[in-house]
Amino acid sequence: MSNSILVFVEQREGTILPASLQLFTLAQQLATEQGGQVCALVVGARIGELASDCAALGPKRLLVADAPPFRYYSPRAYTQAICDAAATVGAQTVLLATTALGRDVGPRVAAKLGGALATDCTSVSSHNGSLRIQRPSYCGKCIAELELPADGLRVLSVRPNTFAAPEPDAAPAAEVEPLAVDIDAIGSRATTLEVVKSDSMHKDVSEVDIIVSGGRSVGSEEDFSILYDLAEVLDGAVGASRAAVDAGQQPRDRQIGLTGKVVSPRLYIACGIDGAIQHLAGMRGSRVIVAINTKADAPIFSAATYGCVVDLFELVPLLAAECKRLLAADS
Amino acid sequence: MRILVVVKQVPDSRASLSVLADGSGLDKAGVRFVCNPFDEFAAEQAVQLREKRSDVDEIVAVTIGPAEALQTLRTTLAMGADRGIQIVVDESVMFDELYLARAIAAAVTRDEQGYDLVLCGKQGIDNDAGDLGPALAEYLGLPHIGAIVELVVNESGDRANAKRQIEGGLEVVETGLPVLLTCEKGLVEPRYPSLPNIMKAKKKPVETVDAKTLPGMAEAAPRATFIGLSPPPAREACTIIEGTPEEMAKELVRVLREEAKVI
Repeated sequence: MSNSILVFVEQREGTILPASLQLFTLAQQLATEQGGQVCALVVGARIGELASDCAALGPKRLLVADAPPFRYYSPRAYTQAICDAAATVGAQTVLLATTALGRDVGPRVAAKLGGALATDCTSVSSHNGSLRIQRPSYCGKCIAELELPADGLRVLSVRPNTFAAPEPDAAPAAEVEPLAVDIDAIGSRATTLEVVKSDSMHKDVSEVDIIVSGGRSVGSEEDFSILYDLAEVLDGAVGASRAAVDAGQQPRDRQIGLTGKVVSPRLYIACGIDGAIQHLAGMRGSRVIVAINTKADAPIFSAATYGCVVDLFELVPLLAAECKRLLAADS
Repeated sequence: MRILVVVKQVPDSRASLSVLADGSGLDKAGVRFVCNPFDEFAAEQAVQLREKRSDVDEIVAVTIGPAEALQTLRTTLAMGADRGIQIVVDESVMFDELYLARAIAAAVTRDEQGYDLVLCGKQGIDNDAGDLGPALAEYLGLPHIGAIVELVVNESGDRANAKRQIEGGLEVVETGLPVLLTCEKGLVEPRYPSLPNIMKAKKKPVETVDAKTLPGMAEAAPRATFIGLSPPPAREACTIIEGTPEEMAKELVRVLREEAKVI
């Protein structure tokens, strides 16, 4: 029966991404609604130890493509691994997380296998064997609804934090099945030589559950330090508006918005950000949004859950101290 | 060296958009349509390669969309592309980028010469998907590098190095040509076409072709079905927290923990 659900489990430096763990919740939902077994694929080099973490998420089959060429992402090599795994388990649905990798490899897999594709889904439901999905479009100004057919392969990438990860199962069922991929048969391919980390001191906005973000009115790179202090207390990362990046206050890889990164953390704290439409496009999917701004009529307040009309320099340090006190009381 | 640039027409990012009452699509009244900003990076990169090298023979721009997309193709020609291919499709297929990629592949493979570089935007700001580039690479049988912020093509024009933005860093990637690249912000700054170049672009050759008449496309249809568009779910009204900064800090932390349960 070709109706399995294949979860592509993305790992980075030996750690499974939370967004990949969350996919198992959707996979189980689809298995209940449409039948088929949940299978998983992990790709990388020297990733043997990850297999048990992955098995605990309850896949019936667990495929591992562990080979030196998979150390870094390579579009064609990873496409081949996913296509081979889909054939091995008889997959009808392939689930990926919407990450840089997921966005990059998903279209190739769908094109190669002649399947249907939906990228960055925020809602997935079954409809007589087909799948109804919702995904943000037009810079998040609209939600598009699509139907992927009941027949043929379907590739879905799911926006991080759309589903909660399932609890790990104490008695995993699946044995590891090594997946041999004939990489030499692929032809010309791009090869990653190395990955240069942008900032080893601080986390990236796409890797965290809490983001503290600043606009140009923060004033300078030094002044951003109060945002870094708050982010550190909350184990989060610092983001910035385009205006702050263009003014040289923060590096480009911290930019959130239409031409920056699109994020959907649990908590987004916007400090001195007015909320231009392009910025809202990058963060309106956040679960809870806090706006701190002196201008009571700033558009950011219409997107925010909680608002404080106050100078960020007065509030942010107090907020950091208060959070520190609270979190210290927890431990 | 031959370069293909893929461009698409999209609503201006600054436009406030609304959905037609029946949810069948976007209300286009009063909305300005422009070249997708990421595609402008692709066009600019192509033109800069020609300015820096002596071996760029031809830059071809291709667009896919409703008939009005011709305007965007003309802009790309004004930036420096030599000729254009306009693939006309019904608006109803625009959300399925696999279909668009198939049509583009069908159009450009009619030409046996092929391309050494295919440059696309990282994603269209209409679908916010970024499916077109990688899918086109697959249909063309090419390697690709997605979301590049830096590109160096070697002197002999057979290898390229690129840096690609990923979470928390940059991938340094090497590839042989031909290759497809999708362009991210930071790669280049797109130029504004000069008035003489805008005038010249009007005379540059453009082939207009209906997607259905392309090889293998007569029976092709999108694999996904468009159901409708809706406005994003309204967020609950913002709760304004008042008081002195000290009181605000205490209350905000309390609601984030007790009501929202996020810290």
